[in-house]
Amino acid sequence: MAQIVLDRLAAQFRSGEILQTGSQHGDEWVRVRRDAWVAVATFLRDDPVTDMKMFIDLTAVDRFSTEPRFDVVVHLYSVSRKHRIRLYGGVPENDPTIDTLCPVWEGANWYEREAYDLYGVRFKGHPDLRRILMYPEFVGHPLRKDYPKEKRQPLVRRSQTDVGD
Amino acid sequence: MSATGHPPETRRVVLGYQDAEDLGAPDLPTEPVPLNMGPSHPAMHGTVRMVLEVEGERISSADIQIGYLHRCFEKESEYATWTQIFPYTDRLNYISPMLNNVGYAMAVEKLLGIDKTIPERAQFIRVIVGEVSRISDHLTCLGASAMELGAFTVFLYALKAREWLFELLEEVCGARLTSSYCRIGGVAYDLPAGFDEKLRDILARTRVVLSDIGKLLERNRIFRDRMDGIGIITQADALAYGITGPVGRSTGLAYDVRKDHPYLVYDRFDFDVPVGSVGDNFDRYAVRVEEMLQSMRILDQALAQIPAGPVVHMDPRISLPPKNETYNSIEAMIAHFKIIMDGIHVPPGEVYSYTEAGNGELGFYIVSDGTGRPWKCRVRPPCFPATAVLGKVLPGLFIADVVPTFGMINMIGGECDR
Repeated sequence: MAQIVLDRLAAQFRSGEILQTGSQHGDEWVRVRRDAWVAVATFLRDDPVTDMKMFIDLTAVDRFSTEPRFDVVVHLYSVSRKHRIRLYGGVPENDPTIDTLCPVWEGANWYEREAYDLYGVRFKGHPDLRRILMYPEFVGHPLRKDYPKEKRQPLVRRSQTDVGD
Repeated sequence: MSATGHPPETRRVVLGYQDAEDLGAPDLPTEPVPLNMGPSHPAMHGTVRMVLEVEGERISSADIQIGYLHRCFEKESEYATWTQIFPYTDRLNYISPMLNNVGYAMAVEKLLGIDKTIPERAQFIRVIVGEVSRISDHLTCLGASAMELGAFTVFLYALKAREWLFELLEEVCGARLTSSYCRIGGVAYDLPAGFDEKLRDILARTRVVLSDIGKLLERNRIFRDRMDGIGIITQADALAYGITGPVGRSTGLAYDVRKDHPYLVYDRFDFDVPVGSVGDNFDRYAVRVEEMLQSMRILDQALAQIPAGPVVHMDPRISLPPKNETYNSIEAMIAHFKIIMDGIHVPPGEVYSYTEAGNGELGFYIVSDGTGRPWKCRVRPPCFPATAVLGKVLPGLFIADVVPTFGMINMIGGECDR
């Protein structure tokens, strides 16, 4: 259904920015080279044929033991054309950074904070990259596959006199 | 709306309590003062913290902090079988758990490739319980918001009607809130005897309640002054933030998953998608009221068209065998045991499935690696972007405007924080 989006991307980006495309269960997806992340997103938003004005979702996947370890996953929708696309941006473990999409869609702000909070992917140029669901004192990124499910980090604030009990 | 004599598009948009300033009152020197609202505030429902910076009564910046109800939905899901996730989905939007059940079940069915072969009766039942939940969702939102503006009667009226609907759903699945009614491939049980008459009767009574609520609110000066022109969200913001549902439609964005991408049997029903024109609090109120009436239209048609038949997909790899077989034959007993202990085997793949929940597009992005458990089960909560936009909408408003604006966003902690 969104094959036309894949065709437009293939016609526009010819120097290897689009690493792979595919379709599964009726969902079309594109794997984007990390340095072309913002360029592809901006094109999808502004091109009259794709017209992906609506930002639906951004999250990350931890593909533990494959390389690159993380994928940043974005879902976009076009209200006028009624088609969708999913973008993957691979992010390696030793340098978990990717450019922010905040200048393209303002709404990416909170989603990127969430992906940073839960997966530890850093978004370069993000205006306010704080934790969002976990508390600031939390150590680690809970949705990484190497974070044990049973691990607990109780948030106990003690006064100075209690220390050493 | 009609009761006021002003159709929404010609409504005069007044900006809150501007009058005092218009009179030329001198600007008193102020300095920014930080003000904490929440995480538990008597004038707001939900656990959310707003760190406001105010100059006088006017908000100059707002930092919305969520996460107080984070319950690790995704992490827990990665260790649960596909069926064990249903109870977790109940607790996402706990005002309309049925809609979450349906959304999750449809995502897994899409991954299994059985989404086209769900029995028709099961699809109708999903539509019916879903629309009933949508009405109860909107009633809760309107009632609670009206109460926060001092209209306690409206709250009691709305909750009375919601109680009828909850009692009906209790008859269907045995629980008021934690329904867990859907199963992968259908629903857990058939509708109880006498369901249609009861639902028709409740809908007739709920229509009266809605008309009473309208009479109490739509020409109420206090209500209108605090709703009209307050908390305006532009259509451009709705797109850039991904705001869907009643909040998105209040900005004039006519996007409803049921209409634009019909799932289940929604393409067989005749209903309209109400949209607003200004994107203010009153538009959000009006859209929700109209949506309830449209849901009732859908329910009337669904009750008239519902066919007889099985309510769950008859595939022994997916659905449990009937109880009398489980208790009386060793094969069915083993099949039951395998499905309960090992879980359903979902082939590897990735899927994004979306439905229209009470607050908008409820998406499930699921990654399966072929084991009996999901590799990732992400929920795209519809009220998350609507809460995010508050940080942009609130500056410039008064402290008192936070209450109706936040109420009409209908942030549900369980869904927003997961």
